Amino acid sequence: MTQDTATTPTGPRADQHPLLSGSTSLRRRKAREWRLKVYGVAAIGLSLATLFVMIFTILRDGSQAFYQARLTFPLVVDAAIVDKEGARDPAAMAKVTTVGYQRLLAQAFLAHIETSGVPLGDVTEKEAGEMISRDAAGRLRKQVLSDPAIVGQTITVNAYATGRIDGYLKGRVTRASAERDSLVTPAQLDLADRLLQAGILSLGFNSGFLTDPDASDLRPESAGLGVAIIGSVYMMVLVAIFTVPVGVAASIYLEEFAPKNWLTDLIEVNISNLAAVPSIVFGILGLSIFINFMGLPQSSSLVGALVISLMTLPTIIIATRAAIRAVPPSIRDAALGIGASKMQIVFHHVLPLAMPGIMTGTILGLASALGETAPLLLIGMVAFVTTYPSGPLDGGIMDPATALPVQVYSWASRSDPAFIERSSGAIIVLLAFLLVMNVAAILLRRRFERRW
Amino acid sequence: MNVMTVVERDVSETRSKMDARGVQVWYGDKHALKDVDVAILDRTVTAFIGPSGCGKSTFLRCLNRMNDTVASARVMGKMTMDGQDIYDPRVDPVQLRAKVGMVFQKPNPFPKSIYDNVAYGPKIHGLARTKAELDEIVETALKKAALWNEVKDRLAAPGTGLSGGQQQRLCIARAIATSPEVLLMDEPCSALDPIATAQVEELIDELRAHFTVVIVTHSMQQAARVSQRTAFFHLGNLVEYGETGQIFTNPRDPRTEAYITGRIG
Amino acid sequence: MSVLLTVSLLCLLAVAGFVLCRRRVLIMAQGDTRRLHSLPAYYGWHGALMAFVPALALMTLWQIAQPLVIESRLAGMFPEAMVEDTSVRTLLFADVRRIAAGLDAAVAKGTMTPDAAEELNTTDGNVREQLEASGVALGAEVLPETLAAAQQYRAAASMAGTVRSVLVLTVAVLCVFLAYRWTNPDFRARNRVERVMLSLLMLASLIAILTTVGIVLSMLSESFRFFSMFPIGDFFLGLTWSPAFQGSSELGFLPLLWGTLYISAISMLVAVPVGLFAAIYLAEFADRRVRSVVKPLIEVIAGIPTVVFGLFALVTVGPALRDWFAMPFGLGNSGSSVMTAGIVIGILNIPFISSLADDIISAVPQSLRDGSAGLGATKAETISQVVLPAALPGVVGAVLMAASRAIGETMIVTMGAGAAAKLDLNPFEAMTTITVKIVSQLTGDTEFNSPETLVAFALGISLFVITLSLNVLAVWIVRKYREQYE
Repeated sequence: MTQDTATTPTGPRADQHPLLSGSTSLRRRKAREWRLKVYGVAAIGLSLATLFVMIFTILRDGSQAFYQARLTFPLVVDAAIVDKEGARDPAAMAKVTTVGYQRLLAQAFLAHIETSGVPLGDVTEKEAGEMISRDAAGRLRKQVLSDPAIVGQTITVNAYATGRIDGYLKGRVTRASAERDSLVTPAQLDLADRLLQAGILSLGFNSGFLTDPDASDLRPESAGLGVAIIGSVYMMVLVAIFTVPVGVAASIYLEEFAPKNWLTDLIEVNISNLAAVPSIVFGILGLSIFINFMGLPQSSSLVGALVISLMTLPTIIIATRAAIRAVPPSIRDAALGIGASKMQIVFHHVLPLAMPGIMTGTILGLASALGETAPLLLIGMVAFVTTYPSGPLDGGIMDPATALPVQVYSWASRSDPAFIERSSGAIIVLLAFLLVMNVAAILLRRRFERRW
Repeated sequence: MNVMTVVERDVSETRSKMDARGVQVWYGDKHALKDVDVAILDRTVTAFIGPSGCGKSTFLRCLNRMNDTVASARVMGKMTMDGQDIYDPRVDPVQLRAKVGMVFQKPNPFPKSIYDNVAYGPKIHGLARTKAELDEIVETALKKAALWNEVKDRLAAPGTGLSGGQQQRLCIARAIATSPEVLLMDEPCSALDPIATAQVEELIDELRAHFTVVIVTHSMQQAARVSQRTAFFHLGNLVEYGETGQIFTNPRDPRTEAYITGRIG
Repeated sequence: MSVLLTVSLLCLLAVAGFVLCRRRVLIMAQGDTRRLHSLPAYYGWHGALMAFVPALALMTLWQIAQPLVIESRLAGMFPEAMVEDTSVRTLLFADVRRIAAGLDAAVAKGTMTPDAAEELNTTDGNVREQLEASGVALGAEVLPETLAAAQQYRAAASMAGTVRSVLVLTVAVLCVFLAYRWTNPDFRARNRVERVMLSLLMLASLIAILTTVGIVLSMLSESFRFFSMFPIGDFFLGLTWSPAFQGSSELGFLPLLWGTLYISAISMLVAVPVGLFAAIYLAEFADRRVRSVVKPLIEVIAGIPTVVFGLFALVTVGPALRDWFAMPFGLGNSGSSVMTAGIVIGILNIPFISSLADDIISAVPQSLRDGSAGLGATKAETISQVVLPAALPGVVGAVLMAASRAIGETMIVTMGAGAAAKLDLNPFEAMTTITVKIVSQLTGDTEFNSPETLVAFALGISLFVITLSLNVLAVWIVRKYREQYE
């Protein structure tokens, strides 16, 4: 319609089909609507694209952490080196340090290269020996000490190659980068190619990434998630033990019993505010209350669990209260009508009916707690821990440990790019845990979904 | 039934503004309206009556294609306005609704000032080129809605602060400010008290001078008071349509009689 | 007697109380439970609770009071000057406790006989090494007074432990006896048991308050110590942040606040438009099928741990911004920058804003949308002129909450923003935030009692106050908005 005719209050009567006269102003309005839609689609596209790029980068980098370059060669466990006295006395054998074993490994490796007919090329014997991970000597030593019978026999060694050779097979290290690198020479890479062809060097699945403890900066190839996984599992179990009873009790009180007074209001305000306090503040709380004041051990899963529990509690209380509130009042009235006490109503009727909802909320709360990093840094869980915590009943919760997200952070902050790959690998493990928990929550919700 | 003869007679007096032929509406699997034929006359108040869920509101919402916003609704049949099919794909529902205004059951003023509420329609349709013109449109609309004297000193006050009856008259003013040709009212008085209802009813009677008014109502007394023509819907069928006086004093269909005497409802 | 043993004995007594009281009431009612006021199990529970609750309360009080009493008595062993200053005194007794614990551990491991532990003194060799051999690490060399105090502490603690256990068990036995005496068919056991349960439930809900009090107190007390060493004006108004190990550090808050606000502002520039447009599209345009797929996918972003975003910033976003923007335009060559951290935090906040905004937009009554559509408005006009203005307070609240999250975010800035405290305008420069400095000051190697470490608590309380005020404001606005439609 045009503006002139429109201003007459009764509208245009003369036009044959006024509904069809599309005007410029209408076209402009339609264009605006179309633009708004485009912005919306673009915003959603941008968010999802970022999500996919992020997941893709992590999967691409992280999947490499599950593969590992290994050198396979036969080795004679030479008694002259590992047991000079020849008495097979473990105490005497323990005096031989890893340096001796390293020499043993290097010799066996070189001998096998020679018998396989692979030319060394420009690589010196020393450099060739350095292609074996420093980690291998320690493993061999442990193997010999735990089973002295193998001394003198020939065993097949399946040793990690160093991080640089590993990186070369995965495309992270190139000849150009090796020129500038003090830890690897291009000649070693050429040798690696030849060893690969001869079947001495191979890239295979690396279960050690999930079970080994952390390793120092110089040995990225042997760094694993063992301690972090144990630490995270301990913490999650403890968090569940701490938060579920307390969270459920608090929710029951607030939903069913709390009188309307200033104290209840104060509790409510506190719960909603605590849910919004930055996580790092809980780290400060943990440091000064649990470690400095109560004297609990630093870096322990117990302190980690206490801090995470305080942080997760508000979330769990909010979810639990929603589940309790969803139980219709008619159930309460029915029980009240046959003379049950309030406490009996809650524990016999309301709580069982609310249980699936409570479980779902709790699992989701725990899933978000599993990814928390910042507060754990402050209570020392970022420490370099290479020994496994003891079993849960032997005080393992007091032993130093790390957690999965903290391991992600500490590897990411190391300089060697090989650790970035490990860091992404740790994220894959972390996300796998989260996925399992979320799927469990969804299944639980589906299974017990109730229509009142 | 001889509805058509009734319509024929009236067309000689006033011409038909909107025509519906064989209109069917489904909500999902539910057949909400079955084969409805109605001709709505220009500058007349037409009332739709019937028990709840009889399809009268559904039919009203077809007249300005408000049913398009309900995803599950399907409308079949032919509906025309001034001879133009309003479900023609070339017709833009936005433009149709500018000509067929609507007032809802519950007063729904926007959370804006009284002035902005009324000026909203003219602004989006570009009906005023200057502020003075807009002021005039707002004033005219408020005067036609019989609200001007009550709010002229507080046009900047929020529309939500008015009383229920005033709010509904504000919504009517808002609807007529876009200078529609037809005004649809979906139970406009159901949320109002008797005094406010009387004011709105009086207003509807005055609006007949400028607009074609279609009103859905629950109250038979209201239909009798404000309308010239009445359609009675029952279970998705249009049972009877004719002059209001005839419907109420001499219904032809036994179902209409049953409803009017209070035996179904 | 150890705490664990005492508690185990208490549990046994509780079981005994349960069995005794339940049997007594059943005998008194001659097996006819209809003559009882409550179910028999309630009488049992009453007995068990009577054994457990008062004794456990006594024990808790004792455990809290014991170290305080012993410490005040041991204070006499030190020269006046050493115990005058409370902070020095706290550290001193922390040492005493640690050495005492070390001696305990040594005895437990068998590397030291109980007698040797009591007779150990600083003249015969290095105490620190001896303790280290049994796995107890000590920070500094042990003073003779400290060692003597530690030995005294052990003696006093073991004495007190015995007295405590005897006292606690006596109370428990007495209470069980009382419960047994009170038990008869008319006794309202259920009401009493339920009263105890109710107080337990209430105690659980009080933990929320205790946590807040703990947060505030722990940060306040350490902040006071910091401000006694470092002028409060220099902290809040200082323009330079350069901690030095030798002392004479400049610990100005403003560069950190600037970095925090700058990064948060950039994150909001990303999150607010993207989140709002996504929410508008999902709430108003998307059909149900699209919505049911896209909404959960966007919410997946919110479920990913922030450390993952940190790595993404470090490995992907940072280098990309540096190579494509900062270097070509000569704006710097740092991978970590305000831009990197801001964009990644923005992405993290998109689902937060979009789901809150979606809820708020959907809460605008349908009648308003109908009213607008009935006037011939397009959907875009309805959204921009009716829905959004009506939802505005709620959306503002959501944005404030997102801002508070951005300010408190730690991992992404630690990994993506850098560590240099600067007052700069160039967004491609590395800058740092309050949270980054809290982490670096508390995970560093500096001595705990130095201003360089304690400043983290002052930063913590500032952060707490800022985020809390933003949240309180947001909650207030959202509540006002909800009232409008209820």
